[in-house]
Amino acid sequence: MPISFTLNGRSRTADVPSSTLVSDLLRDHMNLTGTHVGCDTSQCGACVVLLDGEAVKSCTLLAPVLAGRSLTTIEGLAKGEKLHPMQEAFHTQHGLQCGFCTPGMVMTAIDLVNHNPVPTEAEIREGLEGNICRCTGYQNIVKAIQAGAAAMAASTTAAAA
Amino acid sequence: MATITGVGAAPLRKEDLRFLTGRGQYVADMKRLDMAIGVFVRSPHAHAVLKGIDASAALQAPGVLAVLTGQDVAADGLGSLPCGWAITGKDGVPMKEPSFPILAQGKVRFVGDMVAFVIAESIEQARAAAELVIVDYEELPAVVGVLEAVSDGAPQLYDDVPGNLCCDWALGDEAATDAAFAKAAHVARLSLINNRLIGNPMEPRAALAEYNPGNGHYTLFTTSQFPHVVRWLMSALVLKIPEQKVRVVAPDVGGGFGVKQFLYGEEAVITWAAKKVGVPVKWVSDRAEGFMSDRQGRDHVTEAELALDENGKFLGFRVHTLANMGGYLSTFGPNIPTNLYAPLLGGVYTTPAIYCNVKVVFTNTVPVDAYRGAGRPEATFVVERIVDVAAADMGIDRVELRRRNMIPKEAYPYQTPVLVEYDSGDPVGCLDRAETVADVAGFASRKAASRAAGRFRGLGYSTYVEACGLAPSRFAGRLGARGGLYESATLRVHPTGQVTVLIGTHNHGQGHETTFAQIVSERLGIPFENVDIVFGDTDKVQFGMGTYGSRSLVVGGSALNKASDKVIAKGRKIAAHLLEAGEQDIEFEAGVFSVAGTDRTKSFVEIALAAYVPHNYPLEVLEPGLEEQAYYDPINFTYPGGAHICEVEIDPDTGVVRIERYTGVDDVGTVINPMIVEGQLHGGIVQGIGQALCEAAIYDDQSGQLLSGSFMDYCMPRADMSPHMDVSTHSTPCTHTPLGVKGCGEVGTIGSPAAVINAVVDALSHLGVTHVDMPATPNRIWRVIQNATLPRALAAE
Repeated sequence: MPISFTLNGRSRTADVPSSTLVSDLLRDHMNLTGTHVGCDTSQCGACVVLLDGEAVKSCTLLAPVLAGRSLTTIEGLAKGEKLHPMQEAFHTQHGLQCGFCTPGMVMTAIDLVNHNPVPTEAEIREGLEGNICRCTGYQNIVKAIQAGAAAMAASTTAAAA
Repeated sequence: MATITGVGAAPLRKEDLRFLTGRGQYVADMKRLDMAIGVFVRSPHAHAVLKGIDASAALQAPGVLAVLTGQDVAADGLGSLPCGWAITGKDGVPMKEPSFPILAQGKVRFVGDMVAFVIAESIEQARAAAELVIVDYEELPAVVGVLEAVSDGAPQLYDDVPGNLCCDWALGDEAATDAAFAKAAHVARLSLINNRLIGNPMEPRAALAEYNPGNGHYTLFTTSQFPHVVRWLMSALVLKIPEQKVRVVAPDVGGGFGVKQFLYGEEAVITWAAKKVGVPVKWVSDRAEGFMSDRQGRDHVTEAELALDENGKFLGFRVHTLANMGGYLSTFGPNIPTNLYAPLLGGVYTTPAIYCNVKVVFTNTVPVDAYRGAGRPEATFVVERIVDVAAADMGIDRVELRRRNMIPKEAYPYQTPVLVEYDSGDPVGCLDRAETVADVAGFASRKAASRAAGRFRGLGYSTYVEACGLAPSRFAGRLGARGGLYESATLRVHPTGQVTVLIGTHNHGQGHETTFAQIVSERLGIPFENVDIVFGDTDKVQFGMGTYGSRSLVVGGSALNKASDKVIAKGRKIAAHLLEAGEQDIEFEAGVFSVAGTDRTKSFVEIALAAYVPHNYPLEVLEPGLEEQAYYDPINFTYPGGAHICEVEIDPDTGVVRIERYTGVDDVGTVINPMIVEGQLHGGIVQGIGQALCEAAIYDDQSGQLLSGSFMDYCMPRADMSPHMDVSTHSTPCTHTPLGVKGCGEVGTIGSPAAVINAVVDALSHLGVTHVDMPATPNRIWRVIQNATLPRALAAE
């Protein structure tokens, strides 16, 4: 069935069976492989994307849900060569190693900061409950989200000024 | 002058951008327009006779291209998976080495053992057809634990491996150790298990293979830490196809931790299948499949005894271990609980006599092999636990007991009684610094505050050493290695003076693209931005043993350093010609060749250009071009180590252990990029905390089913249970690696489990608790508290 939605700011239509998972739609039909699948029980969070700005696990979402809505993936965050402040923060704080969990971490982090612009360390750790990283021990991810939150606030302020 | 970003600088990582923007290229991301999808049929039984396979219904299912079984493997005369280490037991008895077929032959030996490979046009069709493969199993009793496996009457995995005993192995002087015990004032004793772990890199394993009938070339894209070794073993020993016609590519790989450093049956089957079906074939493991097929780690049962004199000096150490190999020998399997375990039992102490016996045992479980640390965390856990037990027994402070027995800095190089000679180290210095950083002085008041709040607080130490940088080939060969353990690097200077490095290690999170570029920037005096690192493709990179055992910087970095020497040496010849000076008068520093004592110079870029435009060039004696290759075989292992201090608080009502402080002071030798080293330490420590507090692979002891087979049952460390860590380095440069580096990939995982458990035991010591097995889950700790030998009311005094 044809499903029309906005993907990273572009209008798209996908004709896929209604049983298609959003993660598969992105990876297999839209050629956007930045959204990763690291488990089969919705535990790892590597597949997190933003649906109308809210973090969701795309491995647990069926494609028809997208109809008329707006989806943002890791590929859609940067503006040209300018990284989103949260991407930049993961870079400057060494918040990634192998990179596999990173897209899901960045998307979750953006959602977390959207809901809580100045999160404490404990709130960040709590907020990452649905994302597993095996490389970093989380410390630099937490640091990155703190830095990313500050940068997002600054860029909002700058935009408003 | 060029801007050098060299040793000790912390540039941000070159590799980040592609991962942050979703442009990484992992195997699961790869597609071919005409590709088919493969699914493995795996044994649902831990132990069974394979009486027959009926694939007729599956073959008729929609979209199915082929169903391959062990019969096809036999018909094509394919080989089995080789074991890379042939260890020798006591009295010179070689290990038992049963065949590990790529698809089961005659029997299955663990849940997940591969029985058939179904290839279809889509994943849905392949999965549906796999359900139609009818396998006739005659179930046999299974055995999953090592103690049961060596008992009389245990189910036998192999007809020709009596008692399921692969090898009865030993290291050390048994008589000298017995003599030490005979004169001991005290003997501390400890029985422990080292829990089985599942590595779970976040990227599941995957492979894509294609065959070109036009030239007979195979290409395998695979999630591997060592593509050249996969090519070598798979072509020569399994598929028996020409090595030069096989290309193995390991592109971006989403974490390894050892899990991806073996030749897997899946890799061989899919490569073979691609030719058989005539189209590219792709397989992506799902997580459940990974749990039942990724090689697992640890799984020891150990009895240890430490002999001490009346002052607490260690006299002798005796260790008996049963190590689980699972159902078959994996690539490094038997090496891990033997050669990578017993030589570390000296720890950072002067124990003069050590004897270790290891029984390597088959069971009906997933094969066990290297997992981050591999043997060394197990050794460290035994040593650091028994030191605490001895201290408690003798009423000596555990830090004081450690200090009395530590190897002093000035005693290095230090030959232990168990093969290894530590080249350098300063365990006392690491401990001193860790005690300050951890504010041990303030612990008593923090403990009092916890007690006032009804909680138990404990402090745990782990002062440890490891051996890494695997390894001197000659030494490894004596221990049973069937391959060498050097590394190679090619330094290709382009006409512009920009550089491509082709290196045989594999980067899957360690930051090699950054660290190795720093080495080249430092050595050649060129901008860091002008250096790119290529790895993971056997068609591009000459050769390599890959990345594992904290070897990439230690061995690969040394090869790169050596290739840099060669480039500089050739550059000096070119400069001598251009500057009309003797070669011995040419100096090279910070990217500039100069005639000593003059202002006559040539930049590195000018020399590179001259090498490729050899108009004014000594062609009679020197070839054009500027590209050098080096192979480096290590002189010794390297011995990173350090002191970790963990502080926990336990809620007695729930049994929850919270890590309140974690301090690591590690000696990793010279630090190239402190940001990356710190990240490696963080990740390693949390993996060790995972072993200590939550991770465990649990099999049903009757059926052999893996009960912890998903992220809902196998507890991975999450952000909210991981502590904030204070890590720093206290380095003594390695004396035999050219850059002074020791390696840092595994130290965290090796040092931390003992620190955590020692803290847990300390927190519970007032209840009479002397040991807690890992993982210290809330359930286990709550039960320990409930069953404590001292009543709680009394203990709370």
